[in-house]
Amino acid sequence: MTTFLGMPTAPRGVGHLRGDDPFPVAARRSLADAQLRRNLAKATATIRAKRAKVTAELPDWEELRAAGRAIKTRTMAHLDRYLEQLEAEFTSRGGIVHWAADAHEANLIAVDLVRATGATEVVKVKSIVTDEIGLNEALADAGISAIETDLAELIVQLGHDRPSHFLVPAIHRNRAEIRDIFLRQMDGVDPGLTDRPADLAGAARRYLRQKFLTARVGVSGANFAVAETGTLCVVESEGNGRMCLTLPDTLITIMGIEKVIPTWTDLGVFLQLLPRSATGERMNPYTSMWTGVTPGDGPRQVHLILLDNGRTAALADSVGRQALHCIRCSACLNVCPVYERVGGHAYGSVYPGPIGAVLSPMLTGIEDNASLPYASSLCGACYEACPVQIDIPELLVHLRARHVDEARRRWPPGLEAITMSTAAWAMADPARFRSAQSLGRLGRVGRRRGVIGRLPPPLAAWTRARDAPVPPAETFRHWWSRTHGDAHDRP
Amino acid sequence: MTAREEVLGRIRRALGASPDQVHPAPSGDAAAPGYRTRSTAGIADLVSLLTNRLSDYGSSVRRCTAAQLASAIAAALAGRGITRAVVAPDFDPSLLPIGVECVPDHDFTAQELDAFDAVITTATVAIAETGTIILDGSAGQGRRALSLVPDYHLCIVLEGQVVSLVPEALARLAPQRPLTWISGPSATSDIELDRVEGVHGPRRMDVIVVSEP
Repeated sequence: MTTFLGMPTAPRGVGHLRGDDPFPVAARRSLADAQLRRNLAKATATIRAKRAKVTAELPDWEELRAAGRAIKTRTMAHLDRYLEQLEAEFTSRGGIVHWAADAHEANLIAVDLVRATGATEVVKVKSIVTDEIGLNEALADAGISAIETDLAELIVQLGHDRPSHFLVPAIHRNRAEIRDIFLRQMDGVDPGLTDRPADLAGAARRYLRQKFLTARVGVSGANFAVAETGTLCVVESEGNGRMCLTLPDTLITIMGIEKVIPTWTDLGVFLQLLPRSATGERMNPYTSMWTGVTPGDGPRQVHLILLDNGRTAALADSVGRQALHCIRCSACLNVCPVYERVGGHAYGSVYPGPIGAVLSPMLTGIEDNASLPYASSLCGACYEACPVQIDIPELLVHLRARHVDEARRRWPPGLEAITMSTAAWAMADPARFRSAQSLGRLGRVGRRRGVIGRLPPPLAAWTRARDAPVPPAETFRHWWSRTHGDAHDRP
Repeated sequence: MTAREEVLGRIRRALGASPDQVHPAPSGDAAAPGYRTRSTAGIADLVSLLTNRLSDYGSSVRRCTAAQLASAIAAALAGRGITRAVVAPDFDPSLLPIGVECVPDHDFTAQELDAFDAVITTATVAIAETGTIILDGSAGQGRRALSLVPDYHLCIVLEGQVVSLVPEALARLAPQRPLTWISGPSATSDIELDRVEGVHGPRRMDVIVVSEP
């Protein structure tokens, strides 16, 4: 387990923060899928246009972004205090708060809570954090089936697939593929099902209705938790969230510790920023808020699991900390030229796209997601789109530097470290530098058209995707001494 | 050490690791926020904006006076062919139309609620700019399941409940009540980002805005 300033990161072997392959390998595989690229291009273009329209409508959009950033900065600076306040308020209203240092602990707590009810089935609201910790697998191991009730999550679950976007986890599937999945996997589905989105949504409604009406345990994440009042908040569109949060007897909410916000008033900022940035709507169809237990209304057992799982390791990095400000709107995914072409799976983590490229390595330790900070051209579109002004390009560069620094401390040194220290030695002395340059001119041997197409390994790693220019016939220093003599100090 | 002490201890170490950071005061910014927290729009403009937003969401909006409310409810239900509705136990019975079976909630199970075509509720606050109606379980609204399970929701909003902005709505709400914010009917864009209305929540929602004398 890698640590930054001695802080434990998310453990290996549980959950979905690490892919099987590094980004370049996975990305090459995704790029070969033309259907995937068509689905992504269509979806991201649609959502970009909607977002642009509704954010332009607000005269104070930039002020809201600045306020969002300020609130999150303040939250992180006093995170311990706000979490204790949240716990006290939620508990005083009849809720029960649990703490989990990592994914294993959170899964254990959740499994025990479900077991205590005797239920063998839970209904779930879409929650990325439960996917981060691999909750469904932990429940399955305990003989409990978790039913995803968000339409896109259901498509992913029935297709034995992985989510690829925060908001639209099945963004990589088109209607024909979804119809095929439903026909194959959905119990009692009408065999004459068409691929019209309305019919597909209707099939999901019929399939899930009885499950909602009889469910005894609901599991959710939380978009926001207000420290001042102890209030939890979930935003959604379909009503599956309201079903899971309202009808079961027991409700278990799992939340990353960074989701707390200080005050009730602060909610007014985020409830404007999130829907407009996420779905491009003025407001999402449904938002639910609850504070502990309300007698006669909704679940009688209400639990909240507060999860670290590497978040304190991110917090310890005073530059990287701002990645914890993310409200999971996915605006940065939708504007990213890299995401638009490779999709979410290539990132290997439940947190894809630009924010995932910085958040995942900080949660796992950079060593375990070392290729992600390089999965960007640093064009800056993500920073412009981010509703809480997270400077993602700055973070990407920061993490690249951290990666190099951490690699430098390792023994034996890697090829890059050896190359760099050799270069430093050569450049530190005029005579050595002159000899090195003459050596470089050997690169001209046998080259044509001014480029070096391919070098032998290990230098092939560079030339595989790039042309290197052939060194000039004459160096500047050589030209100077030929035309001006050897007097280096002449103007 | 408990997990609680472990996590809080890590947070304190993480924050202590960057003493160069100037931590802003936890009490919030002293200066007024730069974003809008109050609007000066008149009630007529607010109601007209709310009506536009709700129509965008596919809701039909009726306007009436308090005296006309009972007949407006009857007309709305008739327009949707509703014959059986559920209401909160404290819903004003004088407003219920004759000819439609309106049953006060008495701890119906979710399955029993599913047998009703419709629910009629009051509201607490409405936000014009976003077309949002907020329920908090106070008089005439009932518990959350009531406005969730039946397929049609008829909601009564008083003019005085309409505000312009999201921050104005929060200022009027009691955070400890169970809150449901509704902005149009249940919807999904999960298939190719094509908007489909009517997934799990009520597939239709209509609104009556009542002007007060």
